[in-house]
Amino acid sequence: MAKILVDGVEVDVPAEYTLLQACEAAGAEIPRFCYHERLSIAGNCRMCLVELKGAPKPVASCAWGVRDCRSGPNGEPPEVFTKTPLVKKAREGVMEFLLINHPLDCPICDQGGECDLQDQSMAYGRSGARFEENKRAVEEKDMGPLVKTVMTRCIQCTRCVRFAAEVAGAPEIGATGRGEDMEITTYLEQALSSELSANVIDLCPVGALTSKPYAFNARPWELKKTESVDVMDAVGANIRIDARGSEVLRVLPRLNEEINEEWISDKTRFAEDGLKRQRLDRPFVRRAGKLTATTWDEALTAAAKALSGDPARIGALAGDLACAESMKAALDLMAALGVANLDCRVDGAKLPPGPRPAYLFNTTIMGVEDADAVLLVGTNPRIEAPLINARIRKAWLRKPLAVGVIGEPADLTYRYEHLGASPAALADLAAGRSAFFDILKNARRPMIVLGQGALARDDGAQVLRLAGRLAAAAGVVKPDEGWNGFNVLHTAAARVAGLDLGFAVGLTAAQQIMAANTGHLDTLLLLGVDEMELPRAGATVIYIGSHGDRGAHRADIILPGAAYTEKHATWVNTEGRVQYGRRAAFPKGEARDDWAILRALSDRLGKTLPYNDLQSLRAKMMADHPSFAGIDYAPGAQGSERFDPASLGEDGPVTAAPLRSPIEDFYLTNPIARASATMAACSEAASARRAVHRVAAE
Amino acid sequence: MLADKDRIFLNLYGAQDWRLEAAKRRGAWNATRDMIDCGRDWIIQQVKDSGLRGRGGAGFPTGLKWSFMPKEVKDRPHYLVVNADESEPGTCKDRDMMRHDPHLLIEGCLIASFCMQAKAAYIYIRGEYVWEREILEAAIKEAYEAKLIGKDNVHGWDFDLYVHHGAGAYICGEETALLESLEGKKGQPRLKPPFPANAGLYGCPTTVNNVESIAVVPTILRRGAKWFASFGRANNTGVKVFCVSGHVNRPCNIEEAMSIPLKQLIEEYCGGVRGGWGNLKAVIPGGSSVPLLPAEICEDVLMDFDALRDVKSGLGTAAVIVMDQSADVVKAIARISYFYKHESCGQCTPCREGTGWMWRVLERMAHGEAEHREIDLLLDVASQVEGHTICALGDAAAWPVQGLIRHFRHEIEARIDRYRAAKGVHVVKTRPMAAE
Repeated sequence: MAKILVDGVEVDVPAEYTLLQACEAAGAEIPRFCYHERLSIAGNCRMCLVELKGAPKPVASCAWGVRDCRSGPNGEPPEVFTKTPLVKKAREGVMEFLLINHPLDCPICDQGGECDLQDQSMAYGRSGARFEENKRAVEEKDMGPLVKTVMTRCIQCTRCVRFAAEVAGAPEIGATGRGEDMEITTYLEQALSSELSANVIDLCPVGALTSKPYAFNARPWELKKTESVDVMDAVGANIRIDARGSEVLRVLPRLNEEINEEWISDKTRFAEDGLKRQRLDRPFVRRAGKLTATTWDEALTAAAKALSGDPARIGALAGDLACAESMKAALDLMAALGVANLDCRVDGAKLPPGPRPAYLFNTTIMGVEDADAVLLVGTNPRIEAPLINARIRKAWLRKPLAVGVIGEPADLTYRYEHLGASPAALADLAAGRSAFFDILKNARRPMIVLGQGALARDDGAQVLRLAGRLAAAAGVVKPDEGWNGFNVLHTAAARVAGLDLGFAVGLTAAQQIMAANTGHLDTLLLLGVDEMELPRAGATVIYIGSHGDRGAHRADIILPGAAYTEKHATWVNTEGRVQYGRRAAFPKGEARDDWAILRALSDRLGKTLPYNDLQSLRAKMMADHPSFAGIDYAPGAQGSERFDPASLGEDGPVTAAPLRSPIEDFYLTNPIARASATMAACSEAASARRAVHRVAAE
Repeated sequence: MLADKDRIFLNLYGAQDWRLEAAKRRGAWNATRDMIDCGRDWIIQQVKDSGLRGRGGAGFPTGLKWSFMPKEVKDRPHYLVVNADESEPGTCKDRDMMRHDPHLLIEGCLIASFCMQAKAAYIYIRGEYVWEREILEAAIKEAYEAKLIGKDNVHGWDFDLYVHHGAGAYICGEETALLESLEGKKGQPRLKPPFPANAGLYGCPTTVNNVESIAVVPTILRRGAKWFASFGRANNTGVKVFCVSGHVNRPCNIEEAMSIPLKQLIEEYCGGVRGGWGNLKAVIPGGSSVPLLPAEICEDVLMDFDALRDVKSGLGTAAVIVMDQSADVVKAIARISYFYKHESCGQCTPCREGTGWMWRVLERMAHGEAEHREIDLLLDVASQVEGHTICALGDAAAWPVQGLIRHFRHEIEARIDRYRAAKGVHVVKTRPMAAE
């Protein structure tokens, strides 16, 4: 710790602090443009200049360390001034320089109202202009379907350049030219090949990089802001949903150090236009082979009829976007009906429904930063969970981190050792026949990440056994050190909650479909199941969901539900962290909350569920499943002392089929994304880029 | 007048051969082993005692700079980098040293590298110096072949010397931008601290010195610190190569003692100002980045760091640019201003935006198309650039403008009046509204 005086206020700060951090600790506000907590220090905007006693000229506080300051002749602590005329004049000068070539187009700029330049020029600038020459103009750049550029507004802070190079690991933005001709560009006029690219929009302190889909849509003060949780993957990124009336206009990241820091993936941010298309806004029943709009009354009656048959001939499946409340209601209803065929593992993953550490990302996302060896099995975290991938990259940048991959080789934005493509490589590793085994064994904080690509296959249980045996042999679970390095990376937001609730009994998803195809099941209840092959004919399919996708196309009875932005819902992410999503807009048309639909259905069936509102449903859920009571909390290594990874899965032979990520196209993984025009454009751009790479490789 | 026996660069004009044999006859590579045998501390002490101040422009004491390097080589190697990116307008001293006396530089590199425990040294040479690079590389090859440098050389300090060719950017003469460029990155100055002695080339301890600072060291050691310190005034000792250009009868490079009066330099070596001393208008005493001096100050000013600082200018690279009465000082400074606008790296705000602004205003002032109040505006803009930037280029861009207004304000004013009179009206420009 070091003492320092800021405007006469003495503060004790760590010596590695910068002056800017020390000033903030002392409560002094320092304006800045280029400085960002999560990026390297550039020190180029010069807005944060402060006066340092003894220094001949003002110093950039973002780049000057407290330990770089000299103490006074009698050992007095160094003194910093942030309010002196020198500082005021320096700030006014920098502000003026930034503005001379910045267009005065605030009225037509989308950054208006949330612009750092606007705010700081009000606070620290001079009134009036002295610049009478012509302003500079810069050509627009094409940065793809997400990022709109107005490069004349750019103040060359290079935040976007540093983000792309450091966080995203796609060093495709840079500055060309010199002096006032310096321009930020993607060199080749193309979209950034990163799943996190749109974060540069948030980082840009001015209106140079703005959101293309949101262009000219709204002003920030018109929007109702709702804090919620993302469901595009199993990470559970914290988001803020901005809506005007019933329309969700944009999704922004919310700070959560333990999950997403302050980033979100492009899918999280921009799939939101999919909420407006392909919506199920009224009930439907199939008549003479054709889906026909109908009333709730008729639809519920039809559904009740389909569900009142022999419970042994009924099945229920929960899809990727089902919230915990709807699954709980479905579970209770099925129990009341005596139905014993339930599954949430619609991708066919051979995961056991317990104990919890067997299917959680036990290291926790923040724990990745402590890891010193990582083995990825059958997963491409870059497209399955871009934010977890960014954490791995962050850890890899900071210190030596050995990464091994069993599965498809892909550009993960960090260097790794490819240990093989098939389960045989995992078997070798588990038997200690690979140098990487020693790396895992000798690591202090080893991690094994098992993807759904390794589990959702016919020999998934055997692969799980191999991974478990490897985890045990390499000692990646260290309960006495508070470390559990056995991780399952999920891709669906609903999955962990489903397993927590025990929504996995009786026939598995694939078995249920097969039974329906062979006439052994009469009725199938689907909670938004759109990612799997559905029964061809025969069984009556009841679909509760929000979008007209695969499930709705096959359904005989459609009960329109709410999308994730339209309901208060509980989500459990891959770490086992329980989070509440909140309603930002109401469901479309006649659609209702999913749990309320099931509650109404139970009434028709004469098996009324014992809750009339969300609170009592949640209370019952917590009572039945205590893990739902721990809000915003990831269990991590808790319970690992009773966890034996070697006992997971089943013994048996594995096939030679290579392990592949379950995700083919990052941008089109769920009904909302598939209904989004923005995601379609991204998908097209990405496949064009892949084609170019393929041609180049050949 | 400096006696020939006291000159370090005996072949400054290329009258003799630059090759090893000839260089040895002039004294290079003489007793180098003995100097190395005297040890690092002795060498640093000698350099300190000689009072040698860096010859690249800033005038930082060389011995002191060397002593900042870590005493022990730990996990990171040490490097010596020689700044031969001589791009300051008016300056051409390093060029003559490299093409006519390259062995003095190579010998200096060896001694400095030994002193800093660097196993490798880089000479970053300006892109436009093609011939100089070829000679330097040939001289290095000679030195390798004669086992003067390289592995198992006769001096007992294994050491490799590389020449790196710049790509022609003024900013790469700034030491940290030079290091960035040498690492293969875009030449942009780094934030300091950390200083290169702590984290320089590839993040390793590095000393960056000017060609002249390194090339004079062997002779200082051979002849003793006392000899070198006997020239010039206290704190400004030694001999120095001055480059005189502009409106003199015989522009030249000349090695002279520090603190020589400017007038003597011009009169004795350059055949005087064109049209006589009375025809002198102004002198830029240290390369384009230092403020100019009007004739009355030139009368008795001494050419050293402190004397020029006292008249609010600087010795810089000691590139003296002489302007007689025919010179248009406003236009000259506008041209210099354009140079800085063109060479600004664009990294930090004040320099990126301020250099263009200053140049545009000056360009108008050069034909008088301005207003009186804009002179103060220009001065204010210059002060907003000065001292607010990452590197010294911001200062270098501001100083010439400040010097012009300090000494030739009347000339700008007269020009504005003349322009208005010629136009026949008092042009009053309306200020733009905020929304324009």
